[in-house]
Amino acid sequence: MKQLLSGNEAVALGAYLGGAAVASAYPGTPSSEITPAFARFGGPYAEWATNEKVALEVAIGAAYEGARAFTAMKHIGLNVAADPLFSCSYTGINGGLVVVTADDVGIYSSQNEQDNRHMARAAKVPLLEPSDSQECMEFMRLAFEISERFDTPVLLRTTTRVSHSKGIVEYDPELRTPPAVNGFKIDISKFVIMPAMARKRHVFVEERTRALKEYGETSSLNRIEWGDSSIGVITSGVSYQHAKEALPDASFLKLGLSWPLPPGLVETFVKRVDKVVFVEEVDPFLESEVRLMGLDVSSHHFIGKEAFTLLGEYSAGLIRSSLAKFPELGIDCEKPTDHGTSVSLPDRPPVLCPGCSHRAVFYTLNRLKAIVYGDIGCYTLGVFPPLNATHACLCMGASITNNFGGEKAAQFGERADGRPRVSVIGDSTFLHAGIVGLINAAYNQGNTKILILDNQTTAMTGHQDHAATGKTLMGASQKPLDIARLVQACGVEDVKVLDPFDLRTFRREVKAALGRPGPSVIVATHPCVFVDPRVKGRQAICIDPEKCSDCGVCLKFGCPGVYHANGKAAIEQSVCNGCGMCVQFCPTDAAGTQKAGKGAKTLAISGGGER
Amino acid sequence: MSATGNGARTGTTNFFVAGVGGQGALLASDIIAEAGMEADLDVKKSEIHGMAQRAGSVFSHVRWGRNKVDAPLFSDGEADFLLSFEIVEALRWQPVLKKGGIAIVNTQKIYPVAVAIGNQSYPEDGVLEAEFAAGGQKLISLNADDIARELGNVRVANSVIVGVLSRFLDVSPSVWRDVLARRVPARALDVNLEAFYRGRELSADV
Ligand SMILES: Cc1ncc(C[n+]2csc(CCOP(=O)(O)OP(=O)(O)O)c2C)c(N)n1
Repeated sequence: MKQLLSGNEAVALGAYLGGAAVASAYPGTPSSEITPAFARFGGPYAEWATNEKVALEVAIGAAYEGARAFTAMKHIGLNVAADPLFSCSYTGINGGLVVVTADDVGIYSSQNEQDNRHMARAAKVPLLEPSDSQECMEFMRLAFEISERFDTPVLLRTTTRVSHSKGIVEYDPELRTPPAVNGFKIDISKFVIMPAMARKRHVFVEERTRALKEYGETSSLNRIEWGDSSIGVITSGVSYQHAKEALPDASFLKLGLSWPLPPGLVETFVKRVDKVVFVEEVDPFLESEVRLMGLDVSSHHFIGKEAFTLLGEYSAGLIRSSLAKFPELGIDCEKPTDHGTSVSLPDRPPVLCPGCSHRAVFYTLNRLKAIVYGDIGCYTLGVFPPLNATHACLCMGASITNNFGGEKAAQFGERADGRPRVSVIGDSTFLHAGIVGLINAAYNQGNTKILILDNQTTAMTGHQDHAATGKTLMGASQKPLDIARLVQACGVEDVKVLDPFDLRTFRREVKAALGRPGPSVIVATHPCVFVDPRVKGRQAICIDPEKCSDCGVCLKFGCPGVYHANGKAAIEQSVCNGCGMCVQFCPTDAAGTQKAGKGAKTLAISGGGER
Repeated sequence: MSATGNGARTGTTNFFVAGVGGQGALLASDIIAEAGMEADLDVKKSEIHGMAQRAGSVFSHVRWGRNKVDAPLFSDGEADFLLSFEIVEALRWQPVLKKGGIAIVNTQKIYPVAVAIGNQSYPEDGVLEAEFAAGGQKLISLNADDIARELGNVRVANSVIVGVLSRFLDVSPSVWRDVLARRVPARALDVNLEAFYRGRELSADV
């Protein structure tokens, strides 16, 4: 069978064909599509976990019980899940366990560009790096076998370009390992990882690494493609594809198992070529490993990061131009001609959607001149003009803890700006890592003011469900977690649930909360336009040019549906979904619904010049 | 022009598809990629989805070849075809198109927020034509949204654009039809096919 699949879909297919029984993941670009695709292919059980640490521990539990299991996360998710990963390296597994890390090389949708190959080395677990969709499927399958054979979690690393590129995948759907569960095997020397046991397991881990090196010498994951012996490229992952295109005649050592490296294979390759070029995005990982082997060659034998950037994605063109600086390689790099306009073009960054409830929140915070500790999600877009209402954003959950820490520091001096501090955190992010910070702030007698933006989905990463949405990944209904009651149980009595679209009340209540002592939480509840069934029945808003006084108020909250033309505000009908925020603002009642067509719902909100 | 034979080093045909989130540009690139696969070519397609991309710039690389296609990306000046669903996006991505390449551009204007609030301005009429002429490239511009609206469904604009493109490729109409049937909802298939053929006929005149 032949299918055009993304790397993520292919990973899911590999897990399915490899007999995985349990998948647990927390979404994160570029990994989010893997787990739902696993369920679609027919994977027996898949779930959205509360966070990555939880997801990995669930998968480890399934593996301890003797089933094949996996988790998938974005690169920084592995920071959250590092604790169980590093310890599970010592305990080993029972059923096969694969941890998929999707690194965001190019920082398309993340806070950093960390290279998780270091995590494999640090945790001492084997690292697999597929370079296209076909390999994603094959390597994932094989990863379960390696895991069981060497009694180890396996880290399978993709990068954004592998995860989101599509390529043809050929496979035989009949060749599926059926999911099986062998049962828990009691062995306290292995599964109870106390110091006395851990010391013994450390011996095992080092022995395992040695065995994996040997395995890598002959494994199909690693291969040499002999070509011209003047240049030998050592590479892995998507860099292999770019390098193949850039240097089609060179010799290649393509590493699919890129930690630990097979010393014999590396030595054979290095010694048979005149120059070794390391082509790898981000950090000099392969390069440092190979240089550390202390092979008997001059250091001029190697070209690595002295030629290539540590930043961003590579391409065939970049590889050639980077190597053209070394005349001994004889690589010319005529660039193809291109033409670009000198007219300055308007930017088109991602923006909050028309009808997004976050817009109402940030407009309010802007008006209240708050300094906003933001968090990770669609609402981080509140930083951009004209909302300008996010001033810090670090990592998931930090909105609450950072704000609280600043508050403790401020006890010892005046806050000269006189501006209120507010934490803003999404519902999914709150459940992921916000709760513990809230407990801390309540316990340690903070005054932290927190808005939880409950849009009833994990919007940013593609609208996944979570514990407070009432639905599971497998499609079952589940009583939604009650965020307000949870907040109270964490120790914050001052909690209100409000709809931010009711702008007047919302602003009044936020202001009142800022004036009260003690920690307080407002749960700003309004569904994301993608999950709100009411959106479909709503009509676009029109601005009556006769009534429009061109005051510009409706242009101040950055709705992509509102624009300015011929001295009046106007609304792009194909974009507007009738949320009515502009109707609330319009001081001259110019914005309103069209003559309501049959069956169309008119807005419950009336004009009134709220500003 | 044939489906293969971009010449150069790689012997692949490169397509770059650009648009604004929500316009269906990524679906169009999927359809092109799948048509290549159906025509027994090797295919790679690459795009980035992340962030809330409604109303943001979106783009996709598609590559076809009779031989194995290695890299999922190509560089500036290497696209044989640039498909853009919006004028500013066509200008933004013009550098990917090679000299002598073909640009198929939907002349729909979508104002970015920065333009709507008056911080930046939208390029004047005529810039599109002038720039592609200066680049030595063939420009086929049409308002696919209008055509789609005429057909009763503004969402089929992407099928109009794919139809225009299809005329330049060695892939039989039946392959395109099969791929469309697979990729669009069943009840919208007829209108998509109509849109596809409208586009295909339009490019017969150029
Ligand atoms: C540790 C970590 N895991 C995952 C992500 C990816 N991620 C970015 S935002 C987000 C959640 C957004 O959901 P929510 O907080 O509900 O806000 P919304 O986007 O719905 O406004 C996730 C999972 C991340 N940035 N960091």
